[in-house]
Amino acid sequence: MQPLSNIESILYFSPEILLVIFATAGIILDLFLKNRESEKVAYLSLVGVGCVLVAVLFTHASLGAKESISLFLGMVRLDRFAIFFKVILLLATAATILFSLRSEELDARLKGEYYALLLAVTLGMFLMASSTNLLMIFISLETVSLTSYILAGFLTHNPRSSEAAFKYITYGAVASGTMLFGLSLLFGMTGTGDVGQISTRLAEMLSTGEVSPLAVLISITFILAGVGYKIASVPFHMWSPDVYEGAPIPITAFLSVASKSAGFALFIRFFYTGFSNSALMQSVDWTLMLAIVSALTMTVGNFAALPQRNVKRLLAYSSIAHGGYLLMGGVLLTSEGIGAILFYLVVYLFMNLGAFYVVVLIANEVGSEMVEGYRGLSVRAPLVAGAMAIFLFSLTGIPPFAGFFGKWVLFAAVIDKGLYWLAFVGLLNSVVSLYYYARIVKAMYLETPEETETVSFSTGTFALLSVFVVPTILIGFLNIFYTFSNIALQ
Amino acid sequence: MRAELLYRIQIQQILPGIVTHFQCVGQYRQNPARKVYKKMLLSLMIFVPLLGMIAVLLLPRESEELIKRVTLAFTLIPLVLAVVLFISYDRSAAGTQYVQGPVPWIEAFNIQYHIGIDGLSVTLLLLTALLGPICVIASWRNIEKGIKAYMALFLLLETGMLGFFAALDLFLFYVFFELTLLPMYFLIGVWGGPRREYAAIKFFLYTLFGSVLMLVAMIAVYLNSGTPDARTFDIPTLVALASTEGHALANLDFQIWVFLGFFIGFAVKVPIFPFHTWLPDAHVEAPTAISVILAGVLLKMGTYGLVRINMAMFPQGLDFFCNGLGTWGNSLALLGFINIVYGSFCALAQTDFKKLVAYSSIGHMGFVILGLSARNSAGITGAILQMFNHGVISAMLFLLVGVIYDRAHHREINGFGGLGSRMPIYTGITTLAFMASLGLPGLSGFVGEALSLLGAYDKFKMLTVLSTIGIVVGAAYFLWTLQRVFLGTLNPKYESLPEINGREILTLVPLGILTIVLGVWPSFAIDMFSESVSNLLDTLQVSL
Repeated sequence: MQPLSNIESILYFSPEILLVIFATAGIILDLFLKNRESEKVAYLSLVGVGCVLVAVLFTHASLGAKESISLFLGMVRLDRFAIFFKVILLLATAATILFSLRSEELDARLKGEYYALLLAVTLGMFLMASSTNLLMIFISLETVSLTSYILAGFLTHNPRSSEAAFKYITYGAVASGTMLFGLSLLFGMTGTGDVGQISTRLAEMLSTGEVSPLAVLISITFILAGVGYKIASVPFHMWSPDVYEGAPIPITAFLSVASKSAGFALFIRFFYTGFSNSALMQSVDWTLMLAIVSALTMTVGNFAALPQRNVKRLLAYSSIAHGGYLLMGGVLLTSEGIGAILFYLVVYLFMNLGAFYVVVLIANEVGSEMVEGYRGLSVRAPLVAGAMAIFLFSLTGIPPFAGFFGKWVLFAAVIDKGLYWLAFVGLLNSVVSLYYYARIVKAMYLETPEETETVSFSTGTFALLSVFVVPTILIGFLNIFYTFSNIALQ
Repeated sequence: MRAELLYRIQIQQILPGIVTHFQCVGQYRQNPARKVYKKMLLSLMIFVPLLGMIAVLLLPRESEELIKRVTLAFTLIPLVLAVVLFISYDRSAAGTQYVQGPVPWIEAFNIQYHIGIDGLSVTLLLLTALLGPICVIASWRNIEKGIKAYMALFLLLETGMLGFFAALDLFLFYVFFELTLLPMYFLIGVWGGPRREYAAIKFFLYTLFGSVLMLVAMIAVYLNSGTPDARTFDIPTLVALASTEGHALANLDFQIWVFLGFFIGFAVKVPIFPFHTWLPDAHVEAPTAISVILAGVLLKMGTYGLVRINMAMFPQGLDFFCNGLGTWGNSLALLGFINIVYGSFCALAQTDFKKLVAYSSIGHMGFVILGLSARNSAGITGAILQMFNHGVISAMLFLLVGVIYDRAHHREINGFGGLGSRMPIYTGITTLAFMASLGLPGLSGFVGEALSLLGAYDKFKMLTVLSTIGIVVGAAYFLWTLQRVFLGTLNPKYESLPEINGREILTLVPLGILTIVLGVWPSFAIDMFSESVSNLLDTLQVSL
């Protein structure tokens, strides 16, 4: 259908506009606040997230029976797929704001702009999920990257945090440069920036022999470098452990969930809707390439996590591994595979954020990010320990927790297309991951603590914790979540 | 006070429930409402322990006695229900009974809640339900810390085991299978012996390794079961499809690979050599009651899976692995033989009482595998009977080891001597258990092993003859242990060792009675599953 003009588009663009308004309002409000009152900005941001969520649901309603609406002369597309990701991203943002409120590592005076930056990253991720033009894709990616650099280095008194930001910039710059080169190659070959048109033109030109498959492969590889950097897939994963360890814990949680989700949104939008054309698939064998990347990513992530004693770093490596699992669904470019990615992302959102929330709590109350700090937690704080055990076993993929159903959906999609070896690698990786996840459980339940005094938490803490625990237990059993991901694909 | 009151209320609610139940049995015999009631019975049995877990979790941590009593009540209900099922099960009818479902569960993958029992499952359900209260009583005084968490996990474990034996949907079957993992990990890891952490994670990793292979096979079966709209996890349907000529599930290559996937998953659980190394560690470190459950029920989950899935669903895959050695035997029989001989010789070398029993378990599970590998009526009947008998006898043995360990605080066989004069009752019961385990005619162990060997002898004579070495060695290590522990001069250290007490006798007596009853009247159990065995044989014949 015909893309809407700029003026007509504004109504459908209301969530993004609201994000800009609230981010600006946060900065302005911060100017008028006296020291150590930045919680007000946090609450304003939470209200903002709520408003944006309503706006997103409104755009969903205005979509009506239509499959998608193309906005701003074909730059951005509004469809159920984008809306699905926007809801996930908003949930992750809301959780991050709540974590940050609880976190004691952050300097209270600087927190005001911190929340404004969070909303700005969210805006960038919204655009990543909905861009359909090469230029727009690159701009949204850079919006996310630049703000993430600042957030990762937000602990100005902590050299590790500065190191994290510096590494992040260095890797990020190389990755986006590579990606930009890949995008320019594609533009040069086809003469258009629109992803849909690129796909059809490439198919034509490949069949007539106008462009060589090798050129296409090179440009796609370069673009994959940029996307791979966002989802931390091998060999572009090296930044993530250091960044995840150095950044404030809420930001680590945010990067591991939201940044990854946005990366996958971009990946799916670009490769699934853009390149699922069968002629293109046959000329370049990138199913195999992606399958190998996926297998390597999960294996490297899991094996690197094995010796870690720092829980934050351990979860960083584990999230690399989960990126690998997710990528399995993307290997085949089938709708089952993509549906599985979407389902797993929902599950992953709750279990991973939950695990990071416990890390925030323990860092506050026990003052340690090391596995040793979790010793005897089952006695000192039984409910928190129980919740953490549930998150960890869910991350391992043990029934009856949601993580198992997520993996089940992914593996079923892979096996359905006959990629048994990839499923085997994935499943053996789950066994490996049990070893390091169980080490935290072991510290919590099987080891006796040096200190035995109970750690008490507020009711609000338990309420927020249950927001993550309940879905982690229930999602797999509820039919509605399986249909969600299918609707998003229409 | 409040807790006491709660307890009273629960008892008041439970008791009339049981009474009504029996009234219902009489009343509904001719009534259409009986059907609804029959359907619910099995679900009730599976999920009563889960309700018990919630009840235990709601009780205050300090009221330990109350927690134990509530747990006992919630394990006695499944026992009562299992006895009802066992009695009212129609022995002459083929196929599954007390079926509930299929009720759609996860529609996106056509996963259903579908349960039911046949002769094999009802036998193992009875075993599980019987060991439940026995283990609770055995844990009454031995568990010192965190009794609430222990009992809650135990009840969760029981739900997992009961559900596993009743599941008729492959996905449900897998979920229940895995559901036993987590409680077991914690039960060994938190309440176990000095090397409990190592034993717990080893158990967990081994089993998970097996079950992920099973998961791949399961997904493959599901995906090949039909067109995308008609895929199913329903075990009876899958069994039927797998023996339909020309169906993707009946393809030989497919069956071979899928058979292997499931086989390794179950082999870890049985355990079949070389996947057995987790077992001695887990047994030695686990608390007594958990060892009882481990040997009594969890190992049977492996062999039950072999019968239910590997044999019934993949008869051609089975046939592939059961050919090749001619009258010398087959690969499955060879594994059974190795288990028998290897387990027995390892047991002979042990000086730790509990490790000895653990290795003897490996040996005795070998007879199950040998019996199944024969693929004839005698062999399979013997194997199933051996599953039940081994559950009863090994439970007794582990309970007896626990009794002596609680008193002497060690399990070194050579560290005792002459206990016979000090603890005559204990000696008597131990002798009974030893004799049953080494296969003395007249006790239950003999019947199962004899039938397994009889079936196997029909097919492969040499291997069967060699397998009897295991029985001889079994007699040797049990008699030798008897001599070292109970005969000779009394070790002066143990002059004041107290005799086995009433609570411990209470846990052993039902099992002892069963070994004797099944020894002289085996058809009491065999009748239960003879129809199921002939059903299974029909499936196997089709493929031959």
